[in-house]
Amino acid sequence: MYREDQFPQPLPPGESIVGTNVLRKEGQAKIMGQAQYVDDLTYPGMLYGKTIRSTIARGTITAIRFDPHFDWSAVVVADYRDIPGRNVVLLIEADQPLLVEREVQHHDEPILLLASRDRELLEEAARHIQISYQEKPAVLNMQQAIAAGESGDAGMIIRPPDNTIKKYCIERGDLAAGFRQAEVIVEGTYRTGLQEHVYIEPQGMIAIPGADGSLTLQGSLQCPYYVHKAIKTLFNLPDDKVIVIQTTTGGGFGGKEEYPNMIAGHAALLAWKSGKPVKLVYDRREDIAATTKRHAALVHHKTGVTRDGRLVAADIEVIMDGGAYATLSAVVLSRGAIHALGPYRCPNVRIRARVMATNTPPAGAFRGFGAPQTCFAYEMQMNRIAQTLGLSPLELRRKNLVRTGDLTATGQQLNLSVSAEQVLEAAVQRAQYETERAAAAKSSGSHQRLGIGLSLFYHGAGFTGSGEARLPTRAGVELLPEGKVRVLTSAIEMGQGTETVFCQLAAEALGIAYDDVVFAQPNTAQVPDSGPTVASRTCMIVGKALQDAARQMKSRLERFAADKWKAPQARIHNGELWIDHRSAISFAHLARQYFETEGELRVLHGYTLPPDIKWDDETYRGDAYPVFGWGAEVAKVEVDLDTFEIKVRKCVVAIDCGKALHPLLLEGQIEGGTLQAVGQATIEEVIMENGRVLNDRMTTCLIPTALDAPEMQVVLIENPYPFGPHGAKGIGELPMDGGAAAVAAAVWHATGVLPEEVPLTPEKLYAALAQAQSAAGEMRPGTAGG
Amino acid sequence: MEIHFEVNGKACQVETPPMKRLLDVLREDLRLTGTKEGCGEGECGSCSVILNGEVVNACLVPACQVEASTIITVEGLADGGRLSVVQQAFLEHGGAQCGICTPGMLLAATAFLEENAAPEREQIKAAIAGNLCRCTGYMKIIDAIAAAAGSRLERAD
Repeated sequence: MYREDQFPQPLPPGESIVGTNVLRKEGQAKIMGQAQYVDDLTYPGMLYGKTIRSTIARGTITAIRFDPHFDWSAVVVADYRDIPGRNVVLLIEADQPLLVEREVQHHDEPILLLASRDRELLEEAARHIQISYQEKPAVLNMQQAIAAGESGDAGMIIRPPDNTIKKYCIERGDLAAGFRQAEVIVEGTYRTGLQEHVYIEPQGMIAIPGADGSLTLQGSLQCPYYVHKAIKTLFNLPDDKVIVIQTTTGGGFGGKEEYPNMIAGHAALLAWKSGKPVKLVYDRREDIAATTKRHAALVHHKTGVTRDGRLVAADIEVIMDGGAYATLSAVVLSRGAIHALGPYRCPNVRIRARVMATNTPPAGAFRGFGAPQTCFAYEMQMNRIAQTLGLSPLELRRKNLVRTGDLTATGQQLNLSVSAEQVLEAAVQRAQYETERAAAAKSSGSHQRLGIGLSLFYHGAGFTGSGEARLPTRAGVELLPEGKVRVLTSAIEMGQGTETVFCQLAAEALGIAYDDVVFAQPNTAQVPDSGPTVASRTCMIVGKALQDAARQMKSRLERFAADKWKAPQARIHNGELWIDHRSAISFAHLARQYFETEGELRVLHGYTLPPDIKWDDETYRGDAYPVFGWGAEVAKVEVDLDTFEIKVRKCVVAIDCGKALHPLLLEGQIEGGTLQAVGQATIEEVIMENGRVLNDRMTTCLIPTALDAPEMQVVLIENPYPFGPHGAKGIGELPMDGGAAAVAAAVWHATGVLPEEVPLTPEKLYAALAQAQSAAGEMRPGTAGG
Repeated sequence: MEIHFEVNGKACQVETPPMKRLLDVLREDLRLTGTKEGCGEGECGSCSVILNGEVVNACLVPACQVEASTIITVEGLADGGRLSVVQQAFLEHGGAQCGICTPGMLLAATAFLEENAAPEREQIKAAIAGNLCRCTGYMKIIDAIAAAAGSRLERAD
């Protein structure tokens, strides 16, 4: 490596790329309407696919009847018997079939596939198929699942032995001793509902069969190599016979983490059987009814505190509803459980967590991945503790928040980039929390109540536990003859800015211009496996591997130049080659020279975890994450006591991201996550009836519009993480975690009633206020919240 | 039936069933795939186009209604390779993330700014309330539209 001081005269200042708001790499294509999403692609002879799904929650298929009077000649029909390999959608477990064989485990479970040139004919054909079932009693929610497991009701056991998909126990200190030490014990139970991703582009995939027996999948997805692995298993194909290409993806939020394996399998099976390209794109109803949701959760807290407000014991129980198959439930639960104490010090902790199987469409990954559920619970519990002790919510948090050197529930010592205090103080200051709270209390009318609430939260960046160590994450760069460099990674762009930030990182590491770095379309035949695009890991983990690869390429090119031009030193700087502190040639010229004499240059680099990270999967103790992102939010709401609607007026969010690589994109991502959390807190409800999603339309499955969006202010704090690129930490999910809690805390301030459940739809808020009023009538007049 | 209309300044003639959705006519018959489908029932606004100066959801308009109409889609916003003021503002202010709502959002904003040269933030919010975005939280979109209004006023001066 060359050092600056080896040059007798300093080089001119380097052009900063990282930390600036360069134009989004793929922005122009999106703004011109030229970006190609899966539904924009078409192939000669292409068929359209359709999925025939179960209309019951649980039972056995007794007969499938194809109307003999219907002309089936123009329709391709596939069922499980057509699958050449294993009938399984491979993820953590191999329990979910691609197509039902006999036993239906949830409503809208796929049974048959149809394909045709003519989409109207497909709809007509579907009406000529009759599936008969022998229905069984279904387990419709987690309470039923637990009850059946406890009573041993064999007819209601859908996952032996007791309907549990996975459970964990995290323990630290001496819980009994902690409770003996406690002067006050506070208990509370908190619930969060199912949440739908509502990415605006529905799920879609195109499968193209190759003459050589290969299968190419193109579609909207977050994890190209997940789909690759799933298709290999379904079709018994070797690595090189399956090619997965990501098309421009219209939002994911976790919803396109695992489900694309399923839809890819379906499209591929129809293509395999018909020998033609098949496009399978869901309409909104099918997408809402059949694809994954955020796990509904129920969390119970029992906390022992001293009178002056120190936490001394926390006994936490987390239960989640996983739906009919395992999908990612075990890891969602794990993340939820690890975060369940909150960013607070407590020496004696027990966290018991379990996720239950039910006869409902499987829950899965959704931004936050279990943490938003447990965050809502721990923040409401902190508010309840404050209420009980007569302390302000802010004061209670200041007393208990973790600082450098403190331990988490898993015994992880927080040594790097710990910013709970900084984010809390920054949010409070920017929002003028105390002043606004006093003003809100005064300006509340009899029918419109204003309230200000806060939340403090954290999110472990990267995979949980040993995940990053087990995964061979690789990313790289490739020199192009025209003098550009191409980024090679399977980390995908879905709006969050991967293309832009990765090109910034590579350009800065190489010493070339941002415009001279391009991003390769993620294609498993051309890019290395960088792991999935999930877990707030793209920037911090994959970005680090990419940065290292780009640095290696720079050194290689500089060594080549020094040899070629017999110079003691050569350095690439600001897009030029500098030899002996003089600008010699352009980077493009250097690239051409390299190609002429050496040929291609492609550098891949693997990610290695920082040293000293230790995690024990058996005991669930150790360093659960390499580092945490930290967040605090202050929300201002207006509650209408006639309609019980909540209008969120303003959110101030302080986030410690380590380093803002692209402040504009970062703010946009934080604002987007904050609004999803506002939706989760107020209007986003998925209503289940007999195991089926009732509100399976955008008209009824609401998300916030521009008129529902509060004004948002983002405060960025940069407390660098030494092992991230330029100090950056992953924060993609973080703003989702604490938003609902801040809104609910503001509702508490406005109404005096501490919410125990989200979404706080008008019906639920009315019920909570009515219940509080009747309780107060029996006891004593209610007092406004902390 | 045969329908005649103008799209992005070009005369078009399409043979189509009368009730085929304008969205499908644009995407399939004319291969103008910049107009997106998000819900198919007029809720999300991804398929917004400007029809005779008004923003409509192309998924709710049957082909037979557009005879002799003038339509602008996202493909018609830029002048050759030169982005419109609104497009440029979206690019610079972070108005597009995943991009799927962007075409509809751009058209809603463009039609709105034609009628409202110097809008307040609340007016902008109301103007795009029929266009759902799941990525941005809308702030950067509103910023972009406000900035575009500013640029247009500067140009007019």
